[in-house]
Amino acid sequence: MHPLARMILHRLALGLLTLFVISLVIFMAIELLPGDLAEEVLGQSATPETVAAFRRELGLDLPAWQRYLSWLGGMVQGDFGMSLANNRPIVDLLASRLGNTLFLAAYAAVISVPLALCLGLLAALYRGSWFDRLVNVVTLTSISFPEYFVAYILLLFLSVRTGIFPSIADFGNDAGFGTMIYRTFLPAITLVLVVTAHMMRMTRAAIINLLAQPYIEMARLKGASPARVILRHALPNALAPIINVVALNLAYLITGVVIVEVVFVYPGLGQLMVDSVAKRDIPLVQACCLIFAAIYILLNLSADVFAIATNPRLMHRK
Amino acid sequence: MTINLINRRGFLQGTSAVALAAGLGPKALLAQEGPKRGGTVRIGSSGGATSDTLDPATTYGGVVALAMLGGVCNNLVEIDVAGRAIPELAESFEPSADAATWTFKLRKADFSNGKRVTAKDVLASYNHHRGEDTKSGAKELLSQVKDIRADGDDVVIFELESGNADFAFVAADYHLWIMPEDGNGGLDWKSGIGTGGYTLEEFEPGVRIRLKRRDDYWKKDRAWFDEVTILTINDSTARQNALVTGEVEIINAVPPKTVHLLERRPNVQTVEVTGTAHFPFAMQCDKAPFDDVNVRLALKYAINRQEMVEKVLRGHGSLGNDHPIAPTQRFFDAELEQRVYDPEKAKFHLKKAGLDSLDVSLSTSTGAFSGAVDAAILFQESAGKAGINLNVETKPADGYWSNVWLKDPFFVGYWNGRPTADWMFSLVYADGAPWNETHWHNKKFNKLLLEARTELDNDKRAEMYGEMQRICRDDGGAIIPMFANYIDGKTDRVGHGEVAANRYLDGWKVVERWWLKD
Repeated sequence: MHPLARMILHRLALGLLTLFVISLVIFMAIELLPGDLAEEVLGQSATPETVAAFRRELGLDLPAWQRYLSWLGGMVQGDFGMSLANNRPIVDLLASRLGNTLFLAAYAAVISVPLALCLGLLAALYRGSWFDRLVNVVTLTSISFPEYFVAYILLLFLSVRTGIFPSIADFGNDAGFGTMIYRTFLPAITLVLVVTAHMMRMTRAAIINLLAQPYIEMARLKGASPARVILRHALPNALAPIINVVALNLAYLITGVVIVEVVFVYPGLGQLMVDSVAKRDIPLVQACCLIFAAIYILLNLSADVFAIATNPRLMHRK
Repeated sequence: MTINLINRRGFLQGTSAVALAAGLGPKALLAQEGPKRGGTVRIGSSGGATSDTLDPATTYGGVVALAMLGGVCNNLVEIDVAGRAIPELAESFEPSADAATWTFKLRKADFSNGKRVTAKDVLASYNHHRGEDTKSGAKELLSQVKDIRADGDDVVIFELESGNADFAFVAADYHLWIMPEDGNGGLDWKSGIGTGGYTLEEFEPGVRIRLKRRDDYWKKDRAWFDEVTILTINDSTARQNALVTGEVEIINAVPPKTVHLLERRPNVQTVEVTGTAHFPFAMQCDKAPFDDVNVRLALKYAINRQEMVEKVLRGHGSLGNDHPIAPTQRFFDAELEQRVYDPEKAKFHLKKAGLDSLDVSLSTSTGAFSGAVDAAILFQESAGKAGINLNVETKPADGYWSNVWLKDPFFVGYWNGRPTADWMFSLVYADGAPWNETHWHNKKFNKLLLEARTELDNDKRAEMYGEMQRICRDDGGAIIPMFANYIDGKTDRVGHGEVAANRYLDGWKVVERWWLKD
């Protein structure tokens, strides 16, 4: 078997094990939270009898390990189960939310990744120039503010004051692609501002690091143009760390955007998970967490695969 | 204090004089101002989550009640803008002489699937909240009901454990909307079918609810919008942004802190009514040191109510007098002297309790209400001047109602208020009530409560409830510094009549009561 294929299979198996451990940890963590679904749903109007009836109906009165095992049993057969809180199939709840989350993440990624790489390359190329400094100051400023602040500033100027973009990103069920792009512009730009700096700085640092290498000097001495030196000689060797940072940021775009969802009223996976944690809806929390974890694992795996593809030496690490 | 209760009658009296002077009859003016059919309205409301269901048993109000109580369904009884219980799906209701048997005669109304509503549906809708296996938040409320039976297809008779002159108000509760029976005596709530002015077109929990007008609605002067979209917008800033940028036409719960900013915007108005929502600082009377009435009184004198209304509610509220009956409510006793901040009196009562100073912990959380931590800190300051060291413990908002509320000896609570004095007192202050958060047992109070409940003479009742407010104020375990106003926001395009003061958004009836002017 090709060593790369073997590595992928190996990593996927490890990924499954990780998911299992995560599900166990999440389950125990939610068990440790005070209160359960019955109490949280009924809230102030709970009485001991109604809470007990609620628990009986949902099987919440069973011991924790029994509930975990029955959940795991369903999961192994590919059945996410039902949401305890509203008795809807979790798959249905996840489907539209995951789609929304992936759409927003892809939108932000399509803008931010090329932007960050270009800015990083140019900043490395013109290191120390006013351009380099400007790019650094702007991106570092935008990453230093909390997301909701960036979001509110954008809202203030692009929505409330001028009315160019809508303040609510939710586009309903049957919106066209154009509407979707238009409605989610502000959250996407917020995310772009938040993730660009990290990727840009890593690109710049990796390239600058390589520019000090003797073989780059050699390339320069033989008369290669600065652009050629960077694109042809430096970049391929810098790709591995850059890809890793890009993968991490892509994962963030999918898993860490709940605040942006709240500010722009966008029905994504983050809000679903926060609601389900607040109501202690364990199967739904589990499903969300497993999706997030799987995304992390897959993105990390693909980062490694791409890194190896660009630099086969990594294959034979001791 | 801004009390901005929009009074249509006063408005008409004022404007009709102008109109007459200008040679217009009042009719022409009414035609301009009156309700108008048509249009799609979008409402941004808090109180929605992905875990929401249509099940009336587990509803906590919020967007689901806004859609179901005020749009898709009817209750037997409705609370009108003046706070009275008027027949809704019931054509009429009649108590027996001892108010222990209530007879509701049903109206000829149809569900949106064409079925006539019958006594069977009413039975199913009520029994859903009763019995061993119910998980309903209304179970306790209906524990006073001994038996419900149908008499033919359109008469329902409620037998109560004992008389309750205010039982009609119970039938207007936000759990008790009428849905169809499922054929086996159970309630078919999953269908989302009701007798109201709208049908449920889309329900995506925590995101949006879409309603469509029914042309055959039995109320002829209600349900003006053609379509309604209710968006869940829990973040108050996002909600106000949505209103200001024209994404929605109506929002609920404008935070007092930003009302003045919102009012500055063109085309946007706030709608404010003096509400019943209040924030008790509950002392549990069976736990030391609160078992001494003098300690309770010392703390009651050590709170600066005026400052709290000004700083926590920014003036959008009214003073509380340590009992839960709001100034706008029936049987509110205006004669009862308002308690004011008086550190000397607080010290006097401490001394009477045999104490020079007092150290107590107060549990608070933003989970109780948004200004609860600020309010507790203000209380700490004012109490300090009376020799009371209040140790403010800020608890996590998550799980506040299940872990802190009712459990700690001294905590901040929240009540939306109830439509009647009897209901509010029975729910939280009566002996044996599960939500008696102050563990307060006052024999005289409990006796009066039972007597007033069966008394049908309103003057006598007013006297009794006045006396109970006094006992509650002077002996009870709750410090109630203020009542909050309900503040909603709307754009120019939205018209409405007089606004009910029992909840946000016209008593959650905005969907069928308001209209678009254009």
